[in-house]
Amino acid sequence: MHIMEGYLPASHALGWTIAAAPFVLAGTARIRGIIREKPEARLTLAASGAFAFVLSALKIPSVTGSCSHPTGTGLGAIVFGPSVMAVLGLIVLLFQALLLAHGGITTLGANTFSMAIVGPWVAFGIWKLAGRLGMPFAVAVFLAASLGDLATYVFTSLQLALAYPDPVSGFVGAAAKFAGIFAITQLPLAIAEGLLTVVVMEALSGKIRDEDRVATLAGEGK
Amino acid sequence: MSKRSYWMLLAVALLVIAPLLMGGEFGGADGAAAALVEQTEGFATWFDPIWTPPSGEIEGMFFSLQAALGALVVGYAIGRAHERGRSKDLKDGDTPPQA
Repeated sequence: MHIMEGYLPASHALGWTIAAAPFVLAGTARIRGIIREKPEARLTLAASGAFAFVLSALKIPSVTGSCSHPTGTGLGAIVFGPSVMAVLGLIVLLFQALLLAHGGITTLGANTFSMAIVGPWVAFGIWKLAGRLGMPFAVAVFLAASLGDLATYVFTSLQLALAYPDPVSGFVGAAAKFAGIFAITQLPLAIAEGLLTVVVMEALSGKIRDEDRVATLAGEGK
Repeated sequence: MSKRSYWMLLAVALLVIAPLLMGGEFGGADGAAAALVEQTEGFATWFDPIWTPPSGEIEGMFFSLQAALGALVVGYAIGRAHERGRSKDLKDGDTPPQA
């Protein structure tokens, strides 16, 4: 999902940066609040960022014969709500932009928007919806993390289509072409991310009932 | 770890191994999308990466570092959770281990 350095027109780069900024600021405030009010959740917060660090470093082969990476942003979004991931995701993207030439400074806003904002918000929305529908913990976490991962890649496709519409088929045609590269490759990876998120949340919360896991991780349990 | 977790980890392993058995070139999807962008008439990048790893080896080092740092923190947090669970079990009236 990394849009490479200099690959978005300057106006788009600026636009996505401006669009992402308030989410990052809100996330910073939320993280401060968590650290102040729920010291027990600090470790989970660190683990949420670290999980995104690990997963986004793993280039995984897919059925399309190309490689992509999961995002790992669903875990933190489920436990703390989506805003914290805007900051944690930005840190991951900054590390990759500066040390790996993956993504870039000019495309940091756009990449933050897809990976650290859209993905976490979709994951959070699915998690809430699944809870309302009475789905069990493991199913709800799996769906939230998988679909959040997938949403990030679909959104990257839309961002690229917006910048580079197809001369004949326009925005829709270009979106389909970019999604053909990203979304299909991402399907098995999204499933893997969903499964890993369940495993890690279970390991992080220890031997307790499924219903209590998220509250415990968020520092709201006893 | 629960039985459920073992099955899920096995499924993740299969999801990674199956494509390898199916074969392919396994280039990056990011690169494929960039190649599509480059086909746009008159396209030119307007900003270059400030620093690019000088070789695939160095790039591999930073990717490993990224994964290792993350895994270190996740592993530490899991260890702490495990420890917390054990001390709670003791408080709940189990016989403490003999020194």
